[in-house]
Amino acid sequence: MSEYIPVLIMLLLGAGTAVGILVATTLIGPKKSFADKMEPFECGEHPIVSPKLRFSVKFYLVAIFFVIFDIEAVFLYPWAVLFKRLGIFGFIEMMIFLVILAVGLIYVWKRGALEWE
Amino acid sequence: MIADLIEAIAKILFVFGVNMGFFAPILGWVERKQSAVMQDRVGANRADIFGFTLIGLLHPLSDTIKLITKEDFIPAGANKLFHTLAPFISLTPALITFAVVPFGGQYEIFGRRINLVVADLDVGILFVFAFASLATYGTVLAGWSSNNNWSFLGGLRAAAQMLSYEVAMGLSIIGIIMVYGSLKLTEIGAMQTDFFKWGIFLQPIGFILFLTCAIAENKRAPFDIPEAETEIVAGYFTEYSSMKFIMFWMGEFLEMVTISGIITTLFLGAWHLPFISDERLLSLFGFAGPNGSIIMLMMANIATFFGKIIFMIWFQMTIRWTLPRFRYDQIMKLGWKIMLPISLINIFITGLVVLLK
Repeated sequence: MSEYIPVLIMLLLGAGTAVGILVATTLIGPKKSFADKMEPFECGEHPIVSPKLRFSVKFYLVAIFFVIFDIEAVFLYPWAVLFKRLGIFGFIEMMIFLVILAVGLIYVWKRGALEWE
Repeated sequence: MIADLIEAIAKILFVFGVNMGFFAPILGWVERKQSAVMQDRVGANRADIFGFTLIGLLHPLSDTIKLITKEDFIPAGANKLFHTLAPFISLTPALITFAVVPFGGQYEIFGRRINLVVADLDVGILFVFAFASLATYGTVLAGWSSNNNWSFLGGLRAAAQMLSYEVAMGLSIIGIIMVYGSLKLTEIGAMQTDFFKWGIFLQPIGFILFLTCAIAENKRAPFDIPEAETEIVAGYFTEYSSMKFIMFWMGEFLEMVTISGIITTLFLGAWHLPFISDERLLSLFGFAGPNGSIIMLMMANIATFFGKIIFMIWFQMTIRWTLPRFRYDQIMKLGWKIMLPISLINIFITGLVVLLK
């Protein structure tokens, strides 16, 4: 575990820097607020619609595909490290897995889930 | 134990100093100057102290002073906590990821073994991916918490784009791991001693895929659709001002440095010079005595590494000012229908070639 101590120090240093910048900018800058100024920017108009609306289901789909494909990608890492030791058997095993992955991609593709209007 | 701690802190301060003290402020100037050179303009050259402009190098300083004295604006209806948290989440991972990137080899100086990397983790590449993907949260939170339609659209676009390219990025790197058989960045770097064993020659497709995905992950042009200023003002950071605004930029620039560092380590021979081996350099520096020559070799290797990083940064800047912005459907099409299948095919071909050799 000892090799993670420098990471922890770096994390504290990085987080400390970011917090320091945030505190400095909050304390130093002027504070003048009035109703018109605090409105969200909408190119000079008063905002008509709230951004807390429903959005396209496409974005949910992309997130779900991400979960599927990225988790399968994670399975490839330990295999890739040991690839030379596993030899031809490991190669064929993983290619079957990749074919299943590819079939999933083709299915998603043919169903039109990757089309953007 | 104490000596180890001192060594670790020295390395951390070096990496941190280079990132925060050199790259973060300078790259803003480099970007402006590069665009000026490419567009045949004079560029940033107005900030001066007693008439000395130093080819515009005082601009980062004047920008910092200006931004830190600006009002920190949070729009009405915004979620104050998340609005403040978003730049924090964008900047912090960018500062940490460089911890696993080796900026030199291993050296024996005065009987002490020095490994020029902050944290020599067994899962180096996975650590980079894990922390790089945390930046997505910063972007999405910034877009969602601002209570602004432009920010919201930018955040949505960023979320979908970054998720899509993370898949292809994760798969594009598998080939290089198969070839070198390690996830440790120090080991991968140490194996690239011979010029023709550099990753770019063993994995040319992987290199192109990884570079493209990395630029898309970092939301830089031609993939800067989440902050497309001609469509959605400034995208997810429309409602940010003062140093919070610049924290997104610092995060982007530092991520660019980290990407360049990883590309250098994986594909461009890490700290090795082409055609000149470390032994050759060591005998060249022989006049300085056994320890002196190793220290000089270490300096040469660090200089080589950062030279390559600066080259890759310049290359990304050139891409940014050369290519026009993609349309959103083109970006998603490129990610899912081109990059992903090519990276799968790349794994297959790499496996065949390695097995047949």
